[in-house]
Amino acid sequence: MKKLINSLVFVTLILTSTNSFSFNSDPKIFITELVNDAIKTLSDKNISKADKNKKIKTIAIENVDIDALGMYTLGAVRKTLDQDTLEKYKKLFSEYFLKSLTSRLSEYSENKFEVIGAEQKSEKYTIVKSKVVESSSQPEIKIDWRVYTKDPTKPLIRDLIFEGLSLAKTQKEEFASILNSNNNDINILFSKLEEFIKN
Amino acid sequence: MNFKKTIIIISASIFFLSTGLKAETEKECFEKISRGIFKFNQGFDRAILKPIAKGFNKLPDPIKNGTGNFTSNIGTLLTVPNHILQGQWKLAAESSASFLINTTVGVLGFANPAKKMGLKNQQEDIGQTLGAYGFGGGCYFVMPVLGPTTVRDSIGMIADTFIDPFAQVTIREKELLSISGSEIDYFSVKGATVIDFRAENMKNIDSIEKNSLDTYATFKSLYLQNTEKKISNTFSSQDGDDWDELSK
Repeated sequence: MKKLINSLVFVTLILTSTNSFSFNSDPKIFITELVNDAIKTLSDKNISKADKNKKIKTIAIENVDIDALGMYTLGAVRKTLDQDTLEKYKKLFSEYFLKSLTSRLSEYSENKFEVIGAEQKSEKYTIVKSKVVESSSQPEIKIDWRVYTKDPTKPLIRDLIFEGLSLAKTQKEEFASILNSNNNDINILFSKLEEFIKN
Repeated sequence: MNFKKTIIIISASIFFLSTGLKAETEKECFEKISRGIFKFNQGFDRAILKPIAKGFNKLPDPIKNGTGNFTSNIGTLLTVPNHILQGQWKLAAESSASFLINTTVGVLGFANPAKKMGLKNQQEDIGQTLGAYGFGGGCYFVMPVLGPTTVRDSIGMIADTFIDPFAQVTIREKELLSISGSEIDYFSVKGATVIDFRAENMKNIDSIEKNSLDTYATFKSLYLQNTEKKISNTFSSQDGDDWDELSK
């Protein structure tokens, strides 16, 4: 678990902190361009923290399938909710997701990143395999990117699996725990999300 | 420990693990108590472990790296028999070579020349070996100070002390190749391992605690996913995911 937790924040950051422009539609090149640009942006000392946060939000909205991620993390409970409740959840999840990313912004910009391959799992999904190269302060980290390719012209990131640990699955189990402890009352999850967004 | 006690432990282990065979490891043994212990552990971390780890992080890099290498090298002694028990002969040979090279050329393991030679040294224990044999984790719970575990892994942790040569020469006070030690040696190395881990993950654990809606569930998920990954010895994406459920 040594390297695993170690990479959590870094991976999440490079996923989202990139400049705002369209990336290549080939999943492998898409990830390469996105991450290299993220590292460049993060290491740019001329950009203020507020501007970085703004860029993170913009790019996350453009390149991460936040709605699908939200639905995935909600699990089977989503099938029991009416449309209005689902819309409220989507809005809250998006705000929560973006805030949790920006709050994790810190000094993770001096790492060398390499895409080492890609494997098409189905028509819908391609797994892009990559690694953060070992440095004096950071062991090598293997990162897999689950890229949604149903629309081949616009790939979207749905999950990150670092050293075998899925961020989406972790989030899903966290939400499931909250729901299970509260008789699947979605309002309790809403209030926890709202509390996080407010603070 | 006498023979009778050993038999009782083994019998109890087989019973508990059999009940966990193919069972979902996500099930909790006693969640309320575990959550209480988890809170206690967080307090212990804030009051004792984190401050020590912060101090450790201020030490020069060669000391920090040397400590990590040293504890990892001693951990190899437990890894080798577990590779053998899992029939992983090549990995057992690589781990053995890694231990010999690091202990000699690497000055008692403080340096890690084996890594530069491309020798793999992944950590294995009895919990993973039992998992590789097909035993399920059984239910999940949290132990005071020691943290997250499952029935299988906690039994494995006790069993580790019977096959780990380092545990044999320290807490079991046996002599191997004229080498002997004491309980203090054993717990010092285990303590150093924990501090090294905590120091290396300072920012990341802070971030998890800050950004989680349910920190207990987050650590549980990470622990269980990590255990599964170690048992299957895979470092790539999970195929058995449930993303396809989204379109239904």
